[in-house]
Amino acid sequence: MKKVLALVLTMLLVLSAAAMAETVKIGVFEPATGANGAGGKQETLGMQYANQETKTVEIGGTEYDVELVYADNASDNTQATSAAQKLVSEGVSVVLGSYGSGVSIAGSETFKNADTPAIGVTCTNPQVTAGNSHYFRVCFLDPFQGTVLANYAYKELGVTTAYCLGELGNDYDQGLVTYFKQAFEGLGGTVFAESFPKDTQDFTSYLTNAEALSAEVFFCPVSIDYAVKIIEQASSQGKTFPILGGDTLDSNMVSNAAKGTSVKVVVTTFYQEGANETFDNGFKAWLAEDAEALTNNGGNDIIAGVTAMGYDAYYVALEALKAAGSTDPKAVMEALPAVTYDGVSGHIEFDETGDAVRTTAYVKTVNNETGDWEFVTEQTVG
Amino acid sequence: MWNTIFPYLLTGISVGGQYALIAIGYTMVYGILRLINFAHGDVFMVAGIVMVYMAASGMPLWLCIPLVLITTALVGFLIERVAYKPLRSAPRMSVMISAIGVSYTLQNLVLYITGGLNKDYPAIPWLSESITIMGATTKRVTIVTPFLTIALVVALVMLINHTKIGMAMRAVSRDFETSQLMGIKINSVISSTFVIGTLLAGVGSILYFTNYPTVIPTSGAMPGLKAFVAAVFGGIGSIPGAVVGAFIIGIAENIIKGLDIILLKAGVTHSMLGLATFSDAFTFALLIVILSVKPTGLFGEKITDKV
Amino acid sequence: MKDLTRKKIDSATIITGAIVIAVLLASFIAEQFMPATSMLFTVLKKSATYALVAVSMNLLNGFTGIFSLGQAGFMLLGAYTYGIFTIPVAERMNVYQYYNGGLVQFVVPWYVAMLLAGLVAAFFAFLIGLPVLRLKSDYLAIASLGFAEIIRALFQWDKLGPITNGSNMLRLFPSFNDFNIRNASGEVVVYLDTLVPLLITTLCVGIIVLLINSTFGRALKAIRDDEIAAEAMGIRLASHKRLAFCVSSFFAGVGGAMLAMYQATVQANGFTTIMTYEILLIVVIGGIGSVTGSCLSAFLFVAASEWWLRFLDQKQMLGNFEVPLLRNGFRRVVFSIIIMVVVLFFRRGIMGTKELPDLIRGFKNRRRKEAASK
Repeated sequence: MKKVLALVLTMLLVLSAAAMAETVKIGVFEPATGANGAGGKQETLGMQYANQETKTVEIGGTEYDVELVYADNASDNTQATSAAQKLVSEGVSVVLGSYGSGVSIAGSETFKNADTPAIGVTCTNPQVTAGNSHYFRVCFLDPFQGTVLANYAYKELGVTTAYCLGELGNDYDQGLVTYFKQAFEGLGGTVFAESFPKDTQDFTSYLTNAEALSAEVFFCPVSIDYAVKIIEQASSQGKTFPILGGDTLDSNMVSNAAKGTSVKVVVTTFYQEGANETFDNGFKAWLAEDAEALTNNGGNDIIAGVTAMGYDAYYVALEALKAAGSTDPKAVMEALPAVTYDGVSGHIEFDETGDAVRTTAYVKTVNNETGDWEFVTEQTVG
Repeated sequence: MWNTIFPYLLTGISVGGQYALIAIGYTMVYGILRLINFAHGDVFMVAGIVMVYMAASGMPLWLCIPLVLITTALVGFLIERVAYKPLRSAPRMSVMISAIGVSYTLQNLVLYITGGLNKDYPAIPWLSESITIMGATTKRVTIVTPFLTIALVVALVMLINHTKIGMAMRAVSRDFETSQLMGIKINSVISSTFVIGTLLAGVGSILYFTNYPTVIPTSGAMPGLKAFVAAVFGGIGSIPGAVVGAFIIGIAENIIKGLDIILLKAGVTHSMLGLATFSDAFTFALLIVILSVKPTGLFGEKITDKV
Repeated sequence: MKDLTRKKIDSATIITGAIVIAVLLASFIAEQFMPATSMLFTVLKKSATYALVAVSMNLLNGFTGIFSLGQAGFMLLGAYTYGIFTIPVAERMNVYQYYNGGLVQFVVPWYVAMLLAGLVAAFFAFLIGLPVLRLKSDYLAIASLGFAEIIRALFQWDKLGPITNGSNMLRLFPSFNDFNIRNASGEVVVYLDTLVPLLITTLCVGIIVLLINSTFGRALKAIRDDEIAAEAMGIRLASHKRLAFCVSSFFAGVGGAMLAMYQATVQANGFTTIMTYEILLIVVIGGIGSVTGSCLSAFLFVAASEWWLRFLDQKQMLGNFEVPLLRNGFRRVVFSIIIMVVVLFFRRGIMGTKELPDLIRGFKNRRRKEAASK
């Protein structure tokens, strides 16, 4: 036991010594495993690509190497606390993440106590930033997204009855379902909402429920994992209603599942491929060279909205570091509210809660023949 | 009314068939070793992962399926030899903890190998095609599962009742020490029990993942637990009991998922009650009820404690 | 009897007490001078929580011979009770955002909430014990595990939302960090966030140890060793088992409240069977039937899984050589292999059934013998 302990301690020493060079650390607080592992990996890809594109940053006149420090929160609120603590103990200047609102809220307290700022990339639940000064975010919020989706379903799809399905205990799902319900009922529609327990594999009964309730649209803003199963089972059950989803469904794994079926999948998201040629081409070229990255992107090079957001968040973090003129987390936190940045997903600046001011969401649908995402429309709300 | 309930029944029977194939492994091992093999559900998941990687390597499916079954049986055999055999004389709790440890290890190993990404299960032609039956559309595997399950169970019961190894298994499950004294090779009997149990779990995994085609490290946890409950429910140690229990649980679980709608349509309630939340919990409630009424399950034999 | 009372306060017991106090003091001092972001404190807080739950499980599995797997369920009850009664009224609109602020519109002090947490868990244990405790070993295990799953689903039920916030998170209640004493400008003057959980655990474990060494505790051990013989000696099985079950659940509930404080958020879907398994593994690694062992292994378990083995999850370079196999998830593989090795080859765990005072006595006896042989 003593020997093992000694070995471990030496390794820790060696590691900390190795990190003594002029580096600034950015924490990547993302799930790499669990229900949101796939999405978390795609978001991380954006940061990794941005990191290898811009490896250094000038802070207060000195050139710093940027090092990404990873902590896997395993899509689990219990493990999020210690993953967050791991980042803090490694002395990161700013944290990016997480994919999934629940884990972001769970990790928030730890960042707050360490006076470390965090930039939420695609966690859209209002509770992430509400009532605290250390959490910022670069994406739009669920009340906005829910309204966009409800408007689209009611006005564009022309449906009046919607069935909503979310995962129990997933703040993202439950929040988005609630806001969708409010907006859709406000327009005069009828909504039935149900929840399924964690690790459900069999959604056929829920699909049957939707049909029995004569729902015309199936709204499931769930993790990629579950979405893939829902689409697959909807197809084998011959369900005809369109499947509507939030930003989590904007992934090539979802479009792959819909490929070759007759299931119509519509999602709202942050970024539409083709909006920024330089980013698209650069990212694709990078994927082509890095086999591991390609696997993490689901095996092909379709760009997910979350990847573009991860890319932008990285640059926002660099801007904040420059503005702070120091690697001290506290200074970065003070500099963040004033940071503005024009990213591939649009202009980013923060309001007084720390949320990015965003008024546009993109609506996309899957081409069932090619498995590609096709742009449908741009939706703007007040 | 029938039209409302029928789709849930159909899914329930199919799910029940898959649980049954896993439950048999539990019940056989328990019958002989008095061990709750917590790792059994994970072996089921491993069978799924092996299939994914074999199919990805470009092997034709007709070759994959038997290879998957063989590998699964091998995994079951190895687990018994490595994790349970050394503990044969240890208290029962130690073996059960070892089983939990194996379950933990298998899950983590698969998590590491897959890198935490979901793996898509290959589509098996014919089985994964959609058909329409009595107005409900479903995959063909849904219809095939209960029949295949029953055929396999009949074959298994024949094996246990009419072959030498079957007789040995019955003897060992009745009295471990005496059968050892009578010259039965305990180790080979136990190994073959594990091989048969895992083989059936392998078949179950092919049916299950054809229906729900993604494999994740925790894929086996819930089906495993449910199948175990089914085994206890039917009377652990009894094979027909496990099968009946599995079908009851499969059907009950899917009826619960649709209960809100059934009640709504029947005019009993006027709003959604969110009862689908209890689809998993109901299984366990059923278990506690049956255990308090009949502690040895539906078909279980009464065992008297020796002083 | 006289003999036993004298044995209780021998020098070994005093030394044990001194060691415990020294550990508490050391952690207090470390807290003041080491950076607050150090992993050590996270590990200490979490292991204090797990140690209490593990000891409470040990009381059942190790000292009474009841193999219960319902610990996660009782922790959930405790965590929720604590959360529901301590979220500041002003914050309730934020937390219960979908339920109009919820039903409960008052708060109680944290220690009252913690006590309530234990009592609620104990009350549920009493109810569930009526059918479950009549079952035999494996059946009891699976029934209690099922009970934990039922509780988890019940707390996620939308219709209970005004109390439990549905399946959504409870948060913004006082956490361990609120024990730190701050000055007017919000700077921490005295750090107490690690000491307090350690003190709570010490107090609770102390009570459990006293209980184990009482007449009641000896009756439990008799039940464990031979139920029928114990009954013949006039020990009432049902009531003793029920009481042990309630006491164990009480402390699991308190442990749940501590977990809520550690995580600063509570959500029902975290309290899965995996959590129960982890606690069971802690008990086994420490030694079934040893309180000291459970505490020690809780620390080792948490430290290894959260801290010492983390480097296995990242690519490491030794010079120009990239160490193979290291990538996300490897930590857990190594960890589970370590667990398997302990389970298979060190079946008695770290301490077996020994306690710290026993070790000290053994050490003294050996010294005495050595001196005598010289």
